[in-house]
Amino acid sequence: MRAVDALMECLKAEGVEVVFGLPGGANLPTYDAFYDAGIRHVLVRHEAGGGHAAEGYAKATGKVGVAVATSGPGATNLVTPITDALMDSVPVVFLTGQVRTELLGTDGFQEADTIGITMPIVKHSYMIQHPLELPRVLHEAFHIARTGRPGPVLVDLPTDLSRGEIPYEPVTETSLPGYQPTIEGNHKQIRQAAKALAAARRPVIYAGGGVINANAAAELTAVADAGHFPVTCTLMGLGGFPASSPQWLGMLGMHGTRTANYAMDGADLICAVGARFDDRITGKISEFAPHAKFIHIDIDPAEISKNVPAHIPIVGDAKRILARLLDEYRALEADPSRLDAWWAQIQQWREEFPLRYADSADNEIKPQFMIEALHEATGGEAIVVSDVGQHQMWTAQYYGFEKPRRWINSGGLGTMGFGLPAAMGAQVGCPEDLVCVISGDGSIQMNIQELATCAQNEIPVKVFIMNNGYLGMVRQWQELFWDRRYSQVETGQFPDFVKLAEACGCTGLRFEDKTTLLEDMRRAIATPGPVVVDVRVTREENTYPMIAPGSPAREMVG
Amino acid sequence: MEAGTNAPLSLEELDAAVGLRTGRTHVLSILVENRPGVLTRIAGLFARRGFNIETLTVGPTADESFSRVTLTVDGAVDPIDQVTKQLHKLVNVIKIRDLEPDTTVQRELALFKVAAEGAARSELLELCEVFRGRVVDFTKRSVVLEVTGAKRKIEAFEQIVRPYGLIEMMRTGEIAMSRGRAET
Repeated sequence: MRAVDALMECLKAEGVEVVFGLPGGANLPTYDAFYDAGIRHVLVRHEAGGGHAAEGYAKATGKVGVAVATSGPGATNLVTPITDALMDSVPVVFLTGQVRTELLGTDGFQEADTIGITMPIVKHSYMIQHPLELPRVLHEAFHIARTGRPGPVLVDLPTDLSRGEIPYEPVTETSLPGYQPTIEGNHKQIRQAAKALAAARRPVIYAGGGVINANAAAELTAVADAGHFPVTCTLMGLGGFPASSPQWLGMLGMHGTRTANYAMDGADLICAVGARFDDRITGKISEFAPHAKFIHIDIDPAEISKNVPAHIPIVGDAKRILARLLDEYRALEADPSRLDAWWAQIQQWREEFPLRYADSADNEIKPQFMIEALHEATGGEAIVVSDVGQHQMWTAQYYGFEKPRRWINSGGLGTMGFGLPAAMGAQVGCPEDLVCVISGDGSIQMNIQELATCAQNEIPVKVFIMNNGYLGMVRQWQELFWDRRYSQVETGQFPDFVKLAEACGCTGLRFEDKTTLLEDMRRAIATPGPVVVDVRVTREENTYPMIAPGSPAREMVG
Repeated sequence: MEAGTNAPLSLEELDAAVGLRTGRTHVLSILVENRPGVLTRIAGLFARRGFNIETLTVGPTADESFSRVTLTVDGAVDPIDQVTKQLHKLVNVIKIRDLEPDTTVQRELALFKVAAEGAARSELLELCEVFRGRVVDFTKRSVVLEVTGAKRKIEAFEQIVRPYGLIEMMRTGEIAMSRGRAET
């Protein structure tokens, strides 16, 4: 059969149900194979939309997402989603077309050095050299994307090779001598960690996106419950621990709660699980958690002691490690009353510094109120996908995530334009769930063309645009740190999102009154098909509290 | 205190791996798959993470499906621990050894083109002999000398011939092999 037909067999063997892509000259053979392969293909309007859709699908389902693009501009349009997938450890396989081999290196039409361009942003990549390689490479790509620390893998397929005839036989095993992720944590280290937790008087569990990736939320909760430990999560870890738990401190970091950040600052032991001590977490690193010793559990050994030296490093799969840590900790029969003073301190912070905002005296919708209304209208049960900016932080602060894979956003790269296409992918992967996008008037415009994809494919996402007519987070920084010199942050009231939504085949609505907002939101959610809601909110509201860049966590403002 | 025993633990006893800068030059011997782009991945990783490569050599091994990359990195400048961990993340990297100087044979080849007229010629030839070098080109106005050895020997020879009029010097960068029966 043709190599591209073998490609389809490989995708099916990997359990691929859907791919997101856009055809072009160099991947015509692949698209000919898609014609009757029996794999669902969602035709996106821009390759970046396809890449983020594959990410959203992967994040919501835990499966490997697949994005397809042609050579040259098709491939370069994937650069942002590939980088995003690397930064947030999202398992996605990117299949790019390439010009035929005789044109390689000649600056042929739609030729780009895709492998070279993407080398620093992939977990791994392959340039197909011979049609016979394709099945093995495809399975290796899925294996690498899915296992260890998940990430993006790219396969570049020259068009002539994709048409080559090969005898196809299913590939049953892959051999990658240089790729052997550590899964089981070192047992002695796990015991040492249990003993450290038993000895700690001011412990904090600090959990990141690795808990979500490892499907370890239940194990994390079990460990936290067993020791009655306080828990905070990073932006990427939200949903890894239920926000309704009395042990929940809220998110930590730049826009985290004071309670979470003060707890890190005062802790004598921090147990980091699948988190990487990003600068948005630590603030000024030399003054980060000055009294703490660190247990660091991570699947990626290179994260250990990268930013903060670990006292008890444990490399492996968080799910397995936490399960064993639970047993070890229970066996020590530690006295829970040793944490009484610590909990009293935490309770004091909670009472003194709750998340709060001044509600409007009139009908104006405060952005925080909008998120609270969304929580109520969805019963806290939606898959919430955000873009990047103030609305993202307010959603993280106020929605209250109870379960993993219900909060999807771009954390590491901070990609504006991520939300709508990622939600599209999440909705395709979870057709029974309510998928809501919270976006800003800036972010939404960066991949707004995918509204047409949603309409055409009947992907019923509900898009709530928090419209303040500004690139709000940049405006906030200009207000706070640049003397209110608002340089190029005002978007005005353009475009008209209601008309734009209707032009794309979606329902367009506009909400401006807080007294009817909850009801209006319920109505929007009950409307069939994709819906876009332009929610007019307070124009110059700031996201607080905040650790100013370069400041220590204990000096939060707002 | 021994990790993994049942003895209770005091948090004060815990130490982190501090002082990640070792302060000496490290020779990393890296066994990689012999595939296109592997060297670019290694070089790109160093560029992206801001690590400096002092020397780099690449060559075939006894098994044609593998190549050997020998890298020297200044441990005073770069965190060797991070360098090796990041290298290990490359799928085509099979094995990395941070070679201990005492149990390693290190060699480098260097060519020196030196201006050599009159009396200087015989002096240079004598020096070359002392360093167990070889004359590989000999013209009326210059000689090309080949010297192999550890980095320090090459550097010593450079200092000695420089006053004669060093026209150019080329060095291969070090390769290194562990002593004893076991593979590097």
